Amino acid sequence: MEMVKDVLIGLWESSGFAALFVDGAFLWQNLVMILVAFVLLYFAIAKKCEPLLLVPIAFGILLANLPGAGLMDDPTGLMDTSNIVEGAHWYDTGVLRLIYAGVKSSIFPCLIFLGIGCMTDFGPLLSNPVSLLLGAAAQLGIYVAFVVAIALGFTPQEAASIAIIGGADGPTAIYLTGKLAGHLLGPIAVAAYSYMALIPFIQPPIMKLLTTKKERQVEMKQLRKVSKVEKIVFPVVVLVICAFILPSVAPLLGMLMLGNLFKECGVVDRLSDTAQNALMNIVTILLGLTVGATTNGATFLKAETLKIVVLGLMAFCFSTVGGLLLGKLLYAITGGKVNPLIGAAGVSAVPMAARVAQNEGRKYNPTNFLLMHAMGPNVAGVIGSAVAAGFLLSRFG
Amino acid sequence: MGINFEYFLNSLPYMGKGMLGIFVVTAVVVMVVNALNSLPDKKNKK
Repeated sequence: MEMVKDVLIGLWESSGFAALFVDGAFLWQNLVMILVAFVLLYFAIAKKCEPLLLVPIAFGILLANLPGAGLMDDPTGLMDTSNIVEGAHWYDTGVLRLIYAGVKSSIFPCLIFLGIGCMTDFGPLLSNPVSLLLGAAAQLGIYVAFVVAIALGFTPQEAASIAIIGGADGPTAIYLTGKLAGHLLGPIAVAAYSYMALIPFIQPPIMKLLTTKKERQVEMKQLRKVSKVEKIVFPVVVLVICAFILPSVAPLLGMLMLGNLFKECGVVDRLSDTAQNALMNIVTILLGLTVGATTNGATFLKAETLKIVVLGLMAFCFSTVGGLLLGKLLYAITGGKVNPLIGAAGVSAVPMAARVAQNEGRKYNPTNFLLMHAMGPNVAGVIGSAVAAGFLLSRFG
Repeated sequence: MGINFEYFLNSLPYMGKGMLGIFVVTAVVVMVVNALNSLPDKKNKK
């Protein structure tokens, strides 16, 4: 009888239920985060909201908040020196924390950019170079959110990391936050990817508010055909120029342009195929899982997280506004040849933002086909947000 | 949620410099793209 009692007590003490009570305190935050994980899984699977990212992120949240499982433990203080265990080895516990080193070291965001480069067609941008300016203007939200975050009491490093959500580029947000404010990685990554999934709901009301019906109906002339030489030279030359002007942009832009060169040069099809399929999928799993795993209940559920979510939304909205306003200016300068809606696609988030511009344009002119015109600012937004991240890193890194 | 207006004003120059930086880099890239547009295309010439 005594033995059975000992076994039951041992079972209880090693269980996750007992781990919910630490020094008499009840870890309710972990249970809330587990519920959040369930909700996100529901949206990813039942509603198909960015499932490729949301399923691993939600599962990472679930795993990191299982009490006592220790998947993000750091016994030797490699990343967090607050819970060092005497005599422990770096490989003893915390398997997700070991994988998380790929995020912390910027390896995963850079590899994701390699894959994005392989999937990006700079043709629309090359045939209409003015669209690059729209991609630049649509970074306005980054700096608006930055000054507001500073006013709210965040440090410049934290403010820069929060503001980059406005670049609508998950890997860039993770890259910059990992460098400047690693402790905010969880909320920033979740906010960035959530807003990217919500673009079809966030942008249309702003588009409608800032443009007239006449502007939304504008049909743009067909783009010229871009030669193969231009497509091959573009990634190499742009990287060299940008990296010489702003060296801190080299890791992200370098991988983006390498991927694009794989795609366009036509002599390394196997590498291009691997980078945009197998490698991209593997890194997406590891990145999503470990980013989700940074959202430990005790550190995630704070008023600070709510501020980040609100500032992220503000950044997204102002980036859309920036793109649209320059679009309106181009509409006026060109005598009505540019549809301002394509400016909103400058927020990056390829290709969803371009699709939103296309859908909104079609609502007011069913014969209009804006997708390829919007792809120019859209891919320019990727370059723009990388440059913005490089600027913030050079100032506050 | 307290807002420090002085911090806000002090950080405005970063906003200006940041946007200016993006537009300068973009303008250089636009010039490069325009130069690329003038590259000869063998297929078109044929």
